[in-house]
Amino acid sequence: MTFELVAALTIFILAVLVGFEVISKVPATLHTPLMSGANSIHGIVLVGSMLIAATANEPLSQIIAFVAVIFAAMNVVGGYVVTDRMLQMFKRREVSAVPTPAETGQDAGREA
Amino acid sequence: MELGPLQTLIHFAYVLAASLFVVGLHMMNSPVSARRGNLISAAGMVLAVVVTGVQLVVLGSPVTGQTEGLAWPIIIVGTLIGGGLGWYSARKVKMTAMPQLVSIFNAVGGGAAGLIAIEDYWTAVQTAHADVWLSIFVVAGSILGAVAFSGSVIATGKLQGFISGAPIMFPGHRILTGALAVVAIGGTVALVLGALGVIDVAGLEMAILAVIVLAALAFGVTMVMPIGGADMPVVISLLNSGTGLAAAFAGLVLLNPVLIIAGALVGASGAILTKLMADAMNRSVLNVMLGGFGGGAAAAAAGAGGATGTVREVAVDDVAIQLAYAQKVIIVPGYGLAVAQAQHAVRELAELLEGRGVEVSYAIHPVAGRMPGHMNVLLAEANVPYHQLREMEEINPEFARTDVALVIGANDVTNPAARSNPQSPIYGMPILDVDQARSIVVIKRSMAAGYAGIDNELFVDPKTGMYFADARQGLTDLVAAVKLL
Repeated sequence: MTFELVAALTIFILAVLVGFEVISKVPATLHTPLMSGANSIHGIVLVGSMLIAATANEPLSQIIAFVAVIFAAMNVVGGYVVTDRMLQMFKRREVSAVPTPAETGQDAGREA
Repeated sequence: MELGPLQTLIHFAYVLAASLFVVGLHMMNSPVSARRGNLISAAGMVLAVVVTGVQLVVLGSPVTGQTEGLAWPIIIVGTLIGGGLGWYSARKVKMTAMPQLVSIFNAVGGGAAGLIAIEDYWTAVQTAHADVWLSIFVVAGSILGAVAFSGSVIATGKLQGFISGAPIMFPGHRILTGALAVVAIGGTVALVLGALGVIDVAGLEMAILAVIVLAALAFGVTMVMPIGGADMPVVISLLNSGTGLAAAFAGLVLLNPVLIIAGALVGASGAILTKLMADAMNRSVLNVMLGGFGGGAAAAAAGAGGATGTVREVAVDDVAIQLAYAQKVIIVPGYGLAVAQAQHAVRELAELLEGRGVEVSYAIHPVAGRMPGHMNVLLAEANVPYHQLREMEEINPEFARTDVALVIGANDVTNPAARSNPQSPIYGMPILDVDQARSIVVIKRSMAAGYAGIDNELFVDPKTGMYFADARQGLTDLVAAVKLL
């Protein structure tokens, strides 16, 4: 085993322990946003997709890299935006308990 | 190995990005800091991607030291397409359909992780670098990525209604699932033994990996199919955790610190979150994954001994009078309210009642809606004041001194069988004690069973009046009727 791999595995194990500790006593209300937030973080595969795109030198590899980049970018951008949309609502209701007429539109899917 | 100044800088920038993920995720534990936490995590993501861009422009691939000619078109066009799709769907999706969207994002993330593993292995095989460790990481990453991809697609289909939410099993289902697992593990063993030089798999590596990936894809399907729609949040959370680990394995192959840390972080925290979600439903994760909940023999047994009696139907004017002259009303919203887009109508009714001096609050079950916390998001979107939303433990003692409990499109979370009938598949699940209220009004389209597919004896309780209507139309009529009083 190379030194680099030993170091990488050490980082891996410590990061797993951090992951176990980083979530605690979460109110059930936040379970969904939290899952969505964690979901965005594994969009980090975009970095991996960029790295394989850099070495892809034949059509099949290039197609694989291209699909991976599309998938990963969708994961990252969509994940953060939808999480923010969920959390935005949590915030707004504390700020304005009394809605203005303009805010009470019927379109539930409107952009917040 | 001595790193140059720029390489050192890049490495620590990656560590900084990973740290932002840790801090951001931790801040999402509390409603006060959650949104800022998500933005900090997003900043970490931007940093990681920019740093990777700098790496490729200045130093080229860490493996080959150069960047292939087509790399930038692939990266830029792919990011624009994927990012655009993600952005558009995240902005446009209705909040009721949000769980499906999260599941889709998880599917593509898992798919990307699996593709990275496959491509890495292909490169390693060509250059004869496929040693034991690389083989293990590649296979683990591709299996987890493939299972997360196909499993999440099925979960999305179930939530969206493309696939029946009911558990789907066929004869020999478990045997097939087991066989697929055996194929995947057998392929893994073959590749590892090949890398060790014990057996000769030269030339066959990619074929074996293809078999493993196909088995894993099929495994994801057969694993999620038998699980009822009500359990999908737990499944999605588990698959989410799997995608995280797949990303970490990709990082171990590429020796990239940010992939390793972010992936391991999501893998571990996702596992904890999965357990928290299962706990909220008083289930074990294993119990959920074994499936069969919400249908089949157990539900039939519960149905036979369950709800018998007559249903009392009530008219809109009666309900209006009951509510308008009550002192305390608790509204119990469920998914039926969300699909009917009745959040705004219910807030209007509540404001009207409050104007008449009625004390109104909302009882939110931890798993109301389609995911934990889903209902809070939906009601917050309709500007229901935060202080009126009450969690289950907090509001349950109040039902006994409540004049009217108004149940709108909720079913399983109010089923007293969860307390009283050990035969019921939801026995032991914490429920809202709606049946303790002095009177109960249920707005429901029909007597159809809830998502768990079981009867609810609350509906035949003599105290209960059934108001058969679509949640939105029913509430609109109710608002009009109360206004006339």
